[in-house]
Amino acid sequence: MPNNKVLAIRRQNFAGWTMALPACLLVFTFLILPFFMAFGLSLTNQRLVSPNPTEFVGFENFQQMLGIGLLTMEPDVDDTGNIKIDQEGNPVYPRVRNFTRNQDDYPQYFKKREWFRIGLPNDKMLVVLAQDVVFMKALFNTLLFALIVCPIQAGFALGLALLINQPLRGINIFRTVYFAPVVISMVVVSLLWRFIYDGQNGLLNALLQMFSLGLFESVDWLGNTATALPAIMAMSIWQGVGFHMVIWLSGLQTIPISHYEVARIEGATRWQTFRFVTWPSLRNTAILVMVIITMQAFTLYPQVQVMTRGGPLDSTQSLVFQAVVRGYEKQDISGGSAISVLLFLLVLSISLFQRYLTREKD
Amino acid sequence: MGHVSLKSLNKFYGDLEVIPNLDLEIPEGSFTVLVGPSGCGKSTILRLIAGLEEVTKGEILIDGNDVTYLEPSQRKIAMVFQSYALYPHMTVAENIGFGLTLAKLPKNDIRKRVLEAAKILQLEDLLERKPKALSGGQRQRVAIGRAITRNPKVFLFDEPLSNLDASLRGQMRVELTELHSQIKATMIYVTHDQVEAMTMADQIVVLNEGNIEQVGNPMELYEFPQTLFVARFIGSPKMNIFQGKVAAKYQCQTLGVRPEHMEISHDGGILKGSIRHIEKLGADTLIYSQISGYDTVTARIIGKLEMNIGDPINLKFSDNHVHRFNDGIRIDS
Repeated sequence: MPNNKVLAIRRQNFAGWTMALPACLLVFTFLILPFFMAFGLSLTNQRLVSPNPTEFVGFENFQQMLGIGLLTMEPDVDDTGNIKIDQEGNPVYPRVRNFTRNQDDYPQYFKKREWFRIGLPNDKMLVVLAQDVVFMKALFNTLLFALIVCPIQAGFALGLALLINQPLRGINIFRTVYFAPVVISMVVVSLLWRFIYDGQNGLLNALLQMFSLGLFESVDWLGNTATALPAIMAMSIWQGVGFHMVIWLSGLQTIPISHYEVARIEGATRWQTFRFVTWPSLRNTAILVMVIITMQAFTLYPQVQVMTRGGPLDSTQSLVFQAVVRGYEKQDISGGSAISVLLFLLVLSISLFQRYLTREKD
Repeated sequence: MGHVSLKSLNKFYGDLEVIPNLDLEIPEGSFTVLVGPSGCGKSTILRLIAGLEEVTKGEILIDGNDVTYLEPSQRKIAMVFQSYALYPHMTVAENIGFGLTLAKLPKNDIRKRVLEAAKILQLEDLLERKPKALSGGQRQRVAIGRAITRNPKVFLFDEPLSNLDASLRGQMRVELTELHSQIKATMIYVTHDQVEAMTMADQIVVLNEGNIEQVGNPMELYEFPQTLFVARFIGSPKMNIFQGKVAAKYQCQTLGVRPEHMEISHDGGILKGSIRHIEKLGADTLIYSQISGYDTVTARIIGKLEMNIGDPINLKFSDNHVHRFNDGIRIDS
C-alpha cells in the first residue's frame, strides 16, 4: 500500500509541474532571461545590427559612461602679464578642447567633454569633464527628479488621503476625481499637458495671464531649459498622486476609531492627533509608499518621450530615456543594457538603504 | 465630586431612535453598572456621557455643570475601552502618560504620575514594554492606568472585561472593585453580563431598548424585580416563568420563581414532569426538567442528588418566594 501512495503523490506532483510549466517557461523567457541577458550584454559591444562579431569588452561600457575628469584652468594672460578680460568684464579662459583633443600632455582628459564649470577663488575655473555628458545629465536629472518628486508626491497624497478619509456625503466623488489621472495612460496625460504647457496659447499661460491681469509674459514651459524639467515634475506629481493617496487611505483605514476617541478624551489637538496617533500608525504604509514612489521616479520615461524627447539642450534627459535611445535609435544594445544595469543597481541600493533606515529598531 | 445627571436624554441615529427619553441620577462616588442585552443602548449612553456621541435632545450634568456640548476632554471624564485602545507604538509608560504628554507637562511630573498609577495597578516592572508584549489583563490595567492619570471625576468603562478569559475576568472584577474603593471616584460601567453587574455594582441600571427598566442595588433587583424583563435578566440560572393555570392560582398573568426556591416534592407537588438534564456543580445541583404544559423548569438543589435523566420528578415552591407580574409589571401582594 505505501508504495501505491508514493506513486500517487509522484503522479500528482508530475501533473502539477506539467501544469505550471507553461507559466514557468514564460516567466523564464520574458522576465528572468532578459534580466540576466542585460547584465551579459552590458559587458560586450553588441549592436542591434552589425556585420562585426560581438566581442567581450569587460567594463568598458561602464567606464565610457561614468568616466569623469576635473580640470582647473587659469585665465589667459596677455604679454604684460595681466589677465585677459572679455567685453563683459569677465576673465577669458583657454578653450577646453585644447586639453581634450589629441593632447599628449593630458591623456586623462582625452575625448572628454565639458559637463559644467564652477568658478574658484583667484579667478581660477574648475571644469568638470565627462566621457559621456548626456548620460551624466540623464543621471543627474533622474536623481533630481526622484529627490523632488518623492517627498512632494508622498506629502500631497497623504494630505489628500486625510481629507478624503472623512465620513462626508459625496466623498466618493472626490475619491474618483483624485484617482482619475491614475487610470489615464501616462502617454495620454503627457499629450494633454503638452497643450497645457504650450508657449503660444497653452492653458497655463492663459490662466496666469488672466490672474495677473495680463502682466505675466508667456513662457514656453517645455522649450526652456530652466522650466522644462520642473514642468515634467509637476505633471508627474499630479498624475501619480491619486495612486499613492489610495495606499495612504488603506493605511489610514486600518487605524481603529477608538485610538482617535482616546485622543479626543485626552484632549489632543488636531496636530497632536496626527503626530501621536495617525503618523506612527502609518509607519508601514509610509515605507511602502516611499519605496514605490522612488522606483517609479527612477523609471521616468513616457513623459520625456512624449513631451520633450530629452530637450531642450538635454535638460530633461532621463536614464530610461537614454537607455531606449541608445538601444534602439542608436542601435547600441550594449550601451542601453549598461544603463539598465546601472539603473537597477541604483534603485536596488536606494531601496536597501530605505529598508535600513526604516528597520524595526526593537 | 462626580455626580452625573442625565435629563430627558434623547438620541437618534438618523431616523432610528435609540434612547427615547432617559432620566438617570448617578450619585457621586458610586459604582453604577448599566446592564442590558446587546442593542439596549447602554454603550450609547456611556458614549453620550463621554461626549463621543452628540446628544439629540436633553442635558448631561456633571456636578451641576452642563457638559452636554463640551468636548470630551473638558468633561473631566476618562474612558476605558473594550479593545483597550492602547497605542502599539508607545511603551506602557508612554501610553499611561499620553494625556500628560499632550498637556505638555514637564517630563519629571509625567514620570512621577505615571509611576503613581503604575504602582496602584502593579505595572511598575512593565513600564518600558510595548503593549504587544503584554497579556490581556496587563493591557487592561494599562488602559485603566491611562484613565487614572487624568484624575477624572468620572470613570467610564465600556465592557472592559469582555475580551478576557473567564478566570481573569473574575480576578479583574475584584481588582476593579478594590480600585473603586481606593480612589473613590464615580465609576460608570457598561456590561451585558449580569454577573459583573451583580458582583461589582452598588447601583445597577437595567436597560431595555433604550428605556430604564429598574434602578437599584443588586439585592433589590434580585429580590424585588419591578418588571418581568428585570426578573428574567437578573439571576443565573434564569428565573422560572409560569403562565396559565399556575399563574392564575396566584391571581396574576405571569408568575416567576427563582430556581433556588424550587423544591422536589415527594407528595405530589403541582409541577409534574421528567428530568431533561442535570448539572452537578458540587455544592449544588441544577435540574432542568420538562414539565408538561410549560417550558423547561430549572431547580437548584443544595448538595448532591441521586437522580438520572428521564426520571419522573415533582416540583413545588413556597408561596413566600413568588414574583407576580401583570402586563410585565410587578404586583405586590
